[in-house]
Amino acid sequence: MTRPAPAAIGERLMERLRRQPWIGAVGVILVIFLALVAGEGLHAVAQTGLNGLSLGAIYALGAVGLTLVYGILKLVNFAHGDFLTFGAYMAYLVNVTWGAPLIVAVFWAMVATALLGLLFERLLWGPMRAKHAGFLQLILMSIGLAFVIRAVVQWFWGTEIRTLDVNTTDTVDFLGLRIGQTELVVLVVGVAVLVGVGFMLRVTLLGKRMRALSDDLDLAETAGIDTRRVILYTWVFAGALAGLAGVLAGAITSLRPELGFELLLPIFAAVILGGIGDAFGALVAGLVLGVMTEWSTLLIDARWKVAVGFLVLLIVLVIRPQGIFGRAKAI
Amino acid sequence: MSLDPGTIVPLAVTFESFTDVDFWISVGIIAGTYTIVALGLQLNTGFTGIVNFGQAAFMAIGAYTMAILVLKAGFSFWLSLPIAVLAAMLFGVIVGLPSLRLRADYFAIATIAMAEVVRLFAQNARGLTGGNQGLFCDTEGDTSVCYTNDWRDLSDSINENIVSNFWSNPDTLFPLFLVVWLTVGIAVVALSYFQGTPWGRVLRAIREDEDAARALGKNTLLYKLQSLAISACLGAIAGFFLALNLATLHPIDFEPLVTFFAFSVLILGGMANYKGVALGAVLFWVVLEATRFIELPDPPFTETRLASLRLAITGLLLIGLMAFRPQGIFGKREEMVIGE
Repeated sequence: MTRPAPAAIGERLMERLRRQPWIGAVGVILVIFLALVAGEGLHAVAQTGLNGLSLGAIYALGAVGLTLVYGILKLVNFAHGDFLTFGAYMAYLVNVTWGAPLIVAVFWAMVATALLGLLFERLLWGPMRAKHAGFLQLILMSIGLAFVIRAVVQWFWGTEIRTLDVNTTDTVDFLGLRIGQTELVVLVVGVAVLVGVGFMLRVTLLGKRMRALSDDLDLAETAGIDTRRVILYTWVFAGALAGLAGVLAGAITSLRPELGFELLLPIFAAVILGGIGDAFGALVAGLVLGVMTEWSTLLIDARWKVAVGFLVLLIVLVIRPQGIFGRAKAI
Repeated sequence: MSLDPGTIVPLAVTFESFTDVDFWISVGIIAGTYTIVALGLQLNTGFTGIVNFGQAAFMAIGAYTMAILVLKAGFSFWLSLPIAVLAAMLFGVIVGLPSLRLRADYFAIATIAMAEVVRLFAQNARGLTGGNQGLFCDTEGDTSVCYTNDWRDLSDSINENIVSNFWSNPDTLFPLFLVVWLTVGIAVVALSYFQGTPWGRVLRAIREDEDAARALGKNTLLYKLQSLAISACLGAIAGFFLALNLATLHPIDFEPLVTFFAFSVLILGGMANYKGVALGAVLFWVVLEATRFIELPDPPFTETRLASLRLAITGLLLIGLMAFRPQGIFGKREEMVIGE
């Protein structure tokens, strides 16, 4: 390896940023953090950041599956949000209607949503791939599917607001910070699962295969990977995580048929911020986006905070559509 | 066919609403409004190859700008219309400038995010838009100022002076129906004409192969911007008709669902065919409104369930069309080339 020719520090910094844009992103977040600490105090920033992590864990869980499906199948799955809704209502069925403990409900929600993912792969996406369907065909089909899932949920549970059987009053105090008991559980479960997912993608053979497919499906097939099987596992993976994200979202807010669709755009924002197809990117971007959303409430009215995700999405699309970790491919 | 009122007959058609002219006029207004929305999408998606998922935002900007100008700034209704159209077109250009350089899937997501930002603004800037309470007549003072006032006057005079000659007791919404479909006619003729000009052929070339069009020296971004701006103009006009039809504006009337319904209309009618859009809209809304004139027994079929049934019909329609006839009823398969 040859050493680069000495260049002015500014130029080298720019080159470094171009090659490793996440350094720039960390810099931006750090600047925002310091500015907020200076303006609002460390306590407020830490408190909102903590709330942001539980929201961010939900975004990240949704985004990992969406980005893998996007990367591997080139499918912009607008039904992914309704996978979250489906998971949340499956948990409601077990937890409230049948009165089983929440942990059972969570597992059932994950299994049911994973099965849903498999079902649609068999019924729709597989046959459509065989037909070489174009991008518009797939995107509109996923919108149709989103309508059908939401319609089924609305048929059985109506439009009224429902809540899971969780503790919404008790809070936990530590280090001078306060967090609701349910929020804390969501935070811990969410982050623990995310760490597990990251580990699985990094270390296990299946994780490596998924990432290989997401990078280049044809190349992965040439390398002897059974792509058909990995695709099925990807749906199981994406479905289960979406189901979990839906239950967690339902636990800290409430259940409505629009629950998942309203989360879909912030999740898309995380997917694009992390770089499409990049599971680690989505994971980190989801957490960052959640924290940013809650931090915004320090400066603006909380009813505007949903707009933060959309604005981040638009800004990223304009200045760096390949995401903060992505390489400049054809965008 | 005689029905015993005591028994519930599933799938029984009540002839009251089936033969009710008012009912069909209101269906016609919705179908016409959606035709105008989907004509813009046809220009964008069918002819230019840009997947615009933000059409609801242009409708919202058109409708809200008009209503705010009339209610808060005291503009005349007729003057507010061209200003609102220009506002929507300007917004289209501002949004399009950075985002039209993106790949089709990124553009689709960018436009839906943009539309949600607009809707959130309508929801939260309460002083200006009335928030979720909605924007309607301003009753401060003795007289109530409605944005529909000027239109009502014209509408009544159309009914009194023209329609009453051949229809003794016309429906109050009939003039709106006439104006909506007159607009549809003008838009279809104009768009079809422009599609045949060199300008229209450049749009098609961009859809087929943007690099090739650029290699021929065409400024493709400029053409795509024009396409989006015209679509925004049509969106704003549809927004006016929606506003006049509803007489109240709510942020919920401009959900992404509206854009997706318009896409269903577009696909049903067929890609790259303007006349097909009108037929698609009529078919789509007759099928959806059928859930209202087919009387279904209330215990399983509550109002919420009928709404979910309409959503399911739309979803299955989209899935079925995409699986078996992606070009729609009157579309050409070879003209559906977006994304390989």
